[in-house]
Amino acid sequence: MNAILHDLADPNSILFMIWTTLAKSAGLLGVVLGMVSYTVYAERRVSSLMQDRLGPNRTGFPISLLGFGLKDWSPILGGLGQPIADAVKLLLKEDFTPAYVKKFYYWIAPALGIAAAIISLAVIPFGSKIGTVDMVIANIDIGPLFIFAISSLGVYGIVLAGWSANSKYPFLGAIRSTSQLISYELALGLSVVPLFLIIGKLNLVEIVHYQVQNGWMLLPGLTAGKLPTLSQVLCWIPVLISFLVFTIAMFAETNRLPFDLPEAETELVGGYHTEYSSMKFALFFLGEYTAMITGSSLIITLFLGAWHFPGIPDGSMSGWPGVLWGLVNIGVFFTKVFAFLIFFIFIRWTLPRFRYDQLMKLGWIWLFEIALVNIFLTALIVAFVH
Amino acid sequence: MSTEATTPKPVELVNVQIDGVWHQFPKGTRVIEACSQAGKFIPRYCYHPKLTSPGNCRMCMVELGMPKMTPDRKPELGPDGKPLHNWIPRPQISCAQDVSEGLGVRTDSSMVQEARKGVLEFLLINHPLDCPICDQAGECRLQEFSYDYGQAKTRFLDEKVKKPKRVEIGPRVTLDDERCILCTRCVRFMREVAKDDVIGIVDRGSYSSISCHPGKTLDSNYSLNTVDICPVGALTSTDFRFKMRVWFLKETKSICTSCATGCNTVISARENIVYRQTPRENNDVNQAWMCDYGRLNFHYLHSPERLLSPVVRGHEQPDWKNAIATAAAELKAVAPEQIAVIASGKMTNEELYLTAQLAKALGVKLHDIVPHTDTGDDILLSTDRNPNTAGAKLLGVSASTPGANLSAVVEGIRSGAIKALIVLGEDATLAGLTSADLTKLTVLVTTAILPNATTAAATHLLPSAAFAEKRGSMINKNGRLQRLNRAIQPPGLARDDWEILVGLTEAVTESSLGFNAIEDVVKAMTAATPALAGLSLSKIGDLGVQLPLPANE
Amino acid sequence: MAYQVPRPKLTFAEKIYLPSVIAGLKITLGHLWRMLRGKTHVCMQYPEEKWDSHLPPHYRGAPTLVSDEFGRTRCVACQLCEFICPPRAIRIKPGEIPAENKFAKVEKFPEEFQIDMIRCIYCGLCEEVCPEQAIFLKKEYAITGTSRAAMMHQKEKLIEMGGIQPGVVNKWNEKK
Ligand code: SF4
Ligand code: SF4
Ligand code: SF4
Ligand code: SF4
Ligand code: FES
Repeated sequence: MNAILHDLADPNSILFMIWTTLAKSAGLLGVVLGMVSYTVYAERRVSSLMQDRLGPNRTGFPISLLGFGLKDWSPILGGLGQPIADAVKLLLKEDFTPAYVKKFYYWIAPALGIAAAIISLAVIPFGSKIGTVDMVIANIDIGPLFIFAISSLGVYGIVLAGWSANSKYPFLGAIRSTSQLISYELALGLSVVPLFLIIGKLNLVEIVHYQVQNGWMLLPGLTAGKLPTLSQVLCWIPVLISFLVFTIAMFAETNRLPFDLPEAETELVGGYHTEYSSMKFALFFLGEYTAMITGSSLIITLFLGAWHFPGIPDGSMSGWPGVLWGLVNIGVFFTKVFAFLIFFIFIRWTLPRFRYDQLMKLGWIWLFEIALVNIFLTALIVAFVH
Repeated sequence: MSTEATTPKPVELVNVQIDGVWHQFPKGTRVIEACSQAGKFIPRYCYHPKLTSPGNCRMCMVELGMPKMTPDRKPELGPDGKPLHNWIPRPQISCAQDVSEGLGVRTDSSMVQEARKGVLEFLLINHPLDCPICDQAGECRLQEFSYDYGQAKTRFLDEKVKKPKRVEIGPRVTLDDERCILCTRCVRFMREVAKDDVIGIVDRGSYSSISCHPGKTLDSNYSLNTVDICPVGALTSTDFRFKMRVWFLKETKSICTSCATGCNTVISARENIVYRQTPRENNDVNQAWMCDYGRLNFHYLHSPERLLSPVVRGHEQPDWKNAIATAAAELKAVAPEQIAVIASGKMTNEELYLTAQLAKALGVKLHDIVPHTDTGDDILLSTDRNPNTAGAKLLGVSASTPGANLSAVVEGIRSGAIKALIVLGEDATLAGLTSADLTKLTVLVTTAILPNATTAAATHLLPSAAFAEKRGSMINKNGRLQRLNRAIQPPGLARDDWEILVGLTEAVTESSLGFNAIEDVVKAMTAATPALAGLSLSKIGDLGVQLPLPANE
Repeated sequence: MAYQVPRPKLTFAEKIYLPSVIAGLKITLGHLWRMLRGKTHVCMQYPEEKWDSHLPPHYRGAPTLVSDEFGRTRCVACQLCEFICPPRAIRIKPGEIPAENKFAKVEKFPEEFQIDMIRCIYCGLCEEVCPEQAIFLKKEYAITGTSRAAMMHQKEKLIEMGGIQPGVVNKWNEKK
């Protein structure tokens, strides 16, 4: 018994690794899914505020049950209960399977969609350290590649959904999404190569460390507490280009407006998930927003210093201060992610959808080539600096 | 037209100019028909091609022009080399006038339009605003022509003349005198076609109205034809009255199966319910008429008694495969000479052909149909009430005198020599058997639509489809091959007879016949029957095909 | 005939798209900012606020069957509304008024009349087509039910909702 307890506390034991990993996974999943529901809520509120409406402002928490003369509906908390009500509704709705769908694929598609998004979260360093424990579930050396590989599997969910539904709108949506994802994946992958050229590492934890020491990739001078070096100034140009291309491709990869052609309501009813209802539909929804979070996390990690904020130490010291600062780092990370999500939302409710040919032109002729040229540019700069 | 085709001397054609275009028509053609053939429809109320022309409604007015003659009685030719016309200064009716050489017709001049407008205005003076409750609405000539040629406003300020409404002029016909436009089509039909001159016009002027002769009613077996030809809603069918609006009805061309005449019909149905049957013109069979008996003989389609599921030895057996398999197995367990088949003259040719196949598969030699006769008349109704006696004979299911084999069947059952009986679409008690006889059988397989003494005793009851629920062909008493079409689906689990018969035959022979559709059955049947060689359902067409068969009556 | 839509010639700034993104954001964020400062007049807050009393006369609520001054349901089951109804929400079973009834002159009446309010799209075509001015879209719009059956408005319910409505079609009196 004692031996086990000892093992549990020993940073070098297998047991310790297992329970910390499980705890990290559960915690991350909980936070991310909670974030998803409130991103949806934020989306609805922000969009309504941008459109001179109020949005969901009613569903409060049933705090009146506690007594104390409390009211359920308060101007401040109003609407915050909405995601919970939505989740309950989605769970309880009639789960309708249309006739003539290809049942196996029809059932498996939503799971595929969300699995891809969630798995990629594993390699994101969402915090510094708590004590000796790295705040990343899987610290592997090929982080970004892993994410690209897994997240492109997400397209299977969409394609299978569209195909198995045996209905034309989902099918069109699925075809659109395949070609869109394939086209933008190129730009997405190529656009970050300059970063790796500069940093020389593929491990996301070490990329973050590089940024902690040398300032964030995008804002080197402001965040390192020292003046940027010449090489940083020179490299800043390709990094900015890289950031723009990456962000745009990210929008396309997550099917967000102005790239939401796979589910263009005005053209395709509901796009690839037209024939889905209840929780299966909710899984697509969840998957989409999880993908947004994964995407934002990746951008934050690569360009904006992940959990780092000038002046805030990491949580590597032992004892309570370590835990405290570790949690603060995590908080910083998710605050940045949330800010980026809000940016996602702003864009969605501002821009109209692309035409399909424009989408393809942008992907293949502009982003792809800019990313390619950017690699050579970076290589030149790096060679020049050395 | 067919009468002209048989006259040996060539038809004399005359030149007629219709709205400036020259056409040729056989001598004796009515101007109104000539115009129709030239694509210029002339509105009409009293004219009916199958009746005499009294020329009383004045709706069909056109301008007529006689060829202009030079003083030496030669037609004066215009610059195009065609005769010029002397136009008659007043419009003329076109329904009582035959075409003549050089005649000119104007069907749409302003004078004609004025005339039509005037006629319609007069017709509508006393006409009630009944369209919302009038069964004719939707197929009413008064509505149609008012839209096409009339005017929207009335100038009539006086009170309208009141006449009797909702009059039961006969057991099956309801009369609304206010709607009558006094075209006398009904009067002429009863006099000329039904030969039962019971209706006429009484009173004068605005008060003229249709009425039955005192002490008589419109009870002829052809009375409902007056409803068809009445251009307005004055005569309506009591049976169809207020049941369904005509614009909802899906029309299916078919034939009447109530006697051997096989009148061509239109079955009108909405959402799997048949609402009415009306005659369809076929000059070789029924002109444009049908009898009331046949017309109304469809309500059993929707009887609550309809058999909906196979029954095997008193237990419902909704699994058709199973029901057919047990029936076939039990039949096979009986020696061929102990089985008899009683088929029906109400079955289609395809079903009779398959019956013969089934009999052959089982080795059965004893089969026949049950003759049904009743009083007929010399208009349409035949004494033979089996619509397909000729087919049953042709396909060898019936004895050469239908019913000749039945006594052998009855005796065989009574003596115990026959142990199994297949009864197809018939009631065996009409073939001389009693219900008690039927209980002696070890196997009694029957297809039926409604319960009867046979279905009560049946060991295997297979519910089948009625005439409006299936496709197929029949041969009428004059040897004309005609086509049935499906207007509605069979109710419940009831099945098309041909599928049942194919199922039974295949279960008996334990091999596939390869019939997937009724067309396959037709193909096999026509290949095996020289008299039907080369025919198919689509070749039979809407009007049927005359077979080179000896007439049946 | 095919018609070629001329595509506009874009300047470089328009082509790279980013300036217009910023311009767009300026507008939407401007609205957001106005809203946050409470300067925006937002729309009516249903169900606390309703505009029931301001409904225009042509407002199209639920279809109902009206009766005339003598208490006769005006509908004569002509089934034109059943025919015209785009989503096929109406179902009528016509019947005959018995000869001894005081409205016997009308002869026909709807034995059953059902409007499926799950299907109805409040288009008003039934009202427009009715030759008897018997069906009217009244002002009720909050039509809900907890079962499909409750959303099938049957004749009784339709007549009750319709009430008495004197109209110009008075052709069933003796004069006609
Ligand atoms: S006869 Fe024709 S015009 Fe007269 S009420 Fe009937 S449908 Fe209307
Ligand atoms: S009842 Fe009909 S067919 Fe007879 S005269 Fe009147 S309109 Fe003509
Ligand atoms: S309002 Fe339109 S949809 Fe509704 S019942 Fe009337 S016709 Fe039908
Ligand atoms: S259109 Fe008017 S009169 Fe006709 S059925 Fe409908 S409500 Fe009744
Ligand atoms: S149709 Fe010629 S007068 Fe009636």
